[in-house]
Amino acid sequence: MAANNYRHALFCAIVTLIISFPILGFNLEAKGINITLTGATTSTIIAVILAAVAVFVFQAFRDSFMVMLGKLPNLNPLAGKEPMEQSKRVKLESWVLTGIVVFALFWPFLVSRGSVDLATLVLIYIMLALGLNVVVGLAGLLDLGYVAFYAVGAYTFALLSQYIGISFWMALPIGALLAGLTGMILGFPVLRLRGDYLAIVTLGFGEIIRILLNNWTTLTGGPNGIGGIPEPTLFGMEFGRRIKEEGNTSFHETFGIAYSGEHKVIFLYLIALVLAVITALIIRRFMRMPVGRAWEALREDEIAARSLGLSRTAVKLSAFTIGAFFAGFAGTVFASKQGFISPESFVFLESAIILAIVVLGGMGSQLGVILAAIAVTILPELAREFSEYRMLIFGAAMVLMMVWRPQGLLPMRRIHITLNKQG
Amino acid sequence: MSMLVLEDVHTHYGKIEALHGVSVEVNKGEIVSLIGANGAGKTTLLMTVCGMPQASSGRVILEGRDITTEPTAQIMRSGLAIVPEGRRIFSGLTVEENLHMGGFFNTKSEIRKSQSHVYELFPRLKEREHQRAGTMSGGEQQMLAIGRALMSRPNMIILDEPSLGLAPLIIKQIFEIIGHLRDEGITVFLVEQNAHQALHLADRGYVLETGKIRLHDTGKNLLANPDVQNAYLGG
Ligand SMILES: Nc1ncnc2c1ncn2[C@@H]1O[C@H](COP(=O)(O)OP(=O)(O)OP(=O)(O)O)[C@@H](O)[C@H]1O
Ligand SMILES: [Mg+2]
Repeated sequence: MAANNYRHALFCAIVTLIISFPILGFNLEAKGINITLTGATTSTIIAVILAAVAVFVFQAFRDSFMVMLGKLPNLNPLAGKEPMEQSKRVKLESWVLTGIVVFALFWPFLVSRGSVDLATLVLIYIMLALGLNVVVGLAGLLDLGYVAFYAVGAYTFALLSQYIGISFWMALPIGALLAGLTGMILGFPVLRLRGDYLAIVTLGFGEIIRILLNNWTTLTGGPNGIGGIPEPTLFGMEFGRRIKEEGNTSFHETFGIAYSGEHKVIFLYLIALVLAVITALIIRRFMRMPVGRAWEALREDEIAARSLGLSRTAVKLSAFTIGAFFAGFAGTVFASKQGFISPESFVFLESAIILAIVVLGGMGSQLGVILAAIAVTILPELAREFSEYRMLIFGAAMVLMMVWRPQGLLPMRRIHITLNKQG
Repeated sequence: MSMLVLEDVHTHYGKIEALHGVSVEVNKGEIVSLIGANGAGKTTLLMTVCGMPQASSGRVILEGRDITTEPTAQIMRSGLAIVPEGRRIFSGLTVEENLHMGGFFNTKSEIRKSQSHVYELFPRLKEREHQRAGTMSGGEQQMLAIGRALMSRPNMIILDEPSLGLAPLIIKQIFEIIGHLRDEGITVFLVEQNAHQALHLADRGYVLETGKIRLHDTGKNLLANPDVQNAYLGG
């Protein structure tokens, strides 16, 4: 067996461990000087380790397993089926996405306030995952500290609103640009590193930013966080019962309707929806531009890409910066939605959740990422009611991934379809 | 007029020296072939021109410009293109996308022009335009690698063993294309194991042995040289 296989298998096992965090609802908590794992019993920890070992063994001996699986064609429903044509697949994906967006536009008027609130969170995760998908899925850079840029966006808004009273709409581009700039500055020295080192260094960066926020008490309020972050306004109309800002009007008075707390929740949801759609469209655009192909080319063969005159650092940095930009975007929305932020919202677990979404979403496909974001955010909520089935869901997800993505998690090939054109 | 000059170039991999003072000159409009045994340092020599790795001493001069310490990205954007050893096409991208990567720094209309030029040279690639490059045959992949290098409209093209692992008929085709490129005014620097055909086609040739130039002469004279015949032409 090639050493390459070993490394790849080890990598997949580690990713499995990371993914198990959000799905099983684990959390690392600092208690005094010790860090403890909460939300996990000893038996689940053992099960997770067994699962990681299983993934390792499977990936290491993948080729022989696949040969065995190939002899049981009935097991794999996709075996022997002609893959869909590329253009057809793209069209289908666009239709499905449009359908989802139209549905999402009307949906909040039919359901409870709590569901809309949760859906806003899902949309924030969609933005984050679409951004990280550029970095991990397309450029192949394993960034474990993505939450740092999310924090930069959120804290930019919180601090600017606290000190100079800036509005949401002003903060949105500033937060995103600052996060992108941070990504560029942090990325410049570290993007020369090989994959596994890059993962460790970005993990460190994520923690450094969080620790900085926690300890720079005079500026950030430390663990107490920052509150009173304003909500978005609609052309100067506020959604609160009473007007907070001089010069603004109130939504319910303008339209002569009774005040309802629901207006605000739905409005926030719709803003998040619009921003998520914008994020998806912009990133789609990037993927089709030469720079999008450069990300893939550099991931596939660095020497070939460089021999065509591509600068390794510039290409990687562009992906890293764009990913960070959209994390900042999402961070601003998050701060506005919560009204209060503290370093606790930006722990490693968040990076793990976003990475889990990207990996489960199949690396590269936007539709996959969106569905995975919905699944990963809503599953723990459902799992709260069906907590005894958590292991079952986790196991099922793993089996599905191993059978449907036998090429493994990280050599992320995009799905490409052969057109049989020979006469 | 010289297109490319290497003056007493030494190249190291870590502490190991792979080139021990190599001097080579390629004139504009020429085909120059470099032959040598496995491990002689042929690939190292070509990659040193591209700056991966950089020469540890000596000078590399491209069209009168000293590029010894220039970064690869800059060198490869100045009229030079390489068909690397082992082709190295982007197997996950389509044929057309591979070609577009080759013309990355050109305008859209330039890309369109060079793309149809490449399709004229290799009609086979046009047929396979939307096929994933990794699913093509070895010969088609080699054509794609050459086509991709031509997309930037280079003044000079470097080829590292383009005939490796291909059937005689395809090899013949590829050598014909190389001759055709010279007729278009592109300078060619060619590394080959296939010494007979490479020297036959070349204006001049160099023989590299364990990191040093052993011989250099016109292609014809090298073909007639008994030492070369013994070592590289199978006696
Ligand atoms: N990346 C590398 N790191 C260390 N040593 C290397 C590296 N690449 C090549 N070498 C060494 O440098 C020497 C020259 O190798 P090179 O690949 O240039 O030979 P070559 O003439 O192209 O051979 P071939 O005909 O087999 O392609 C060899 O001894 C090789 O082991
Ligand atoms: Mg070689």
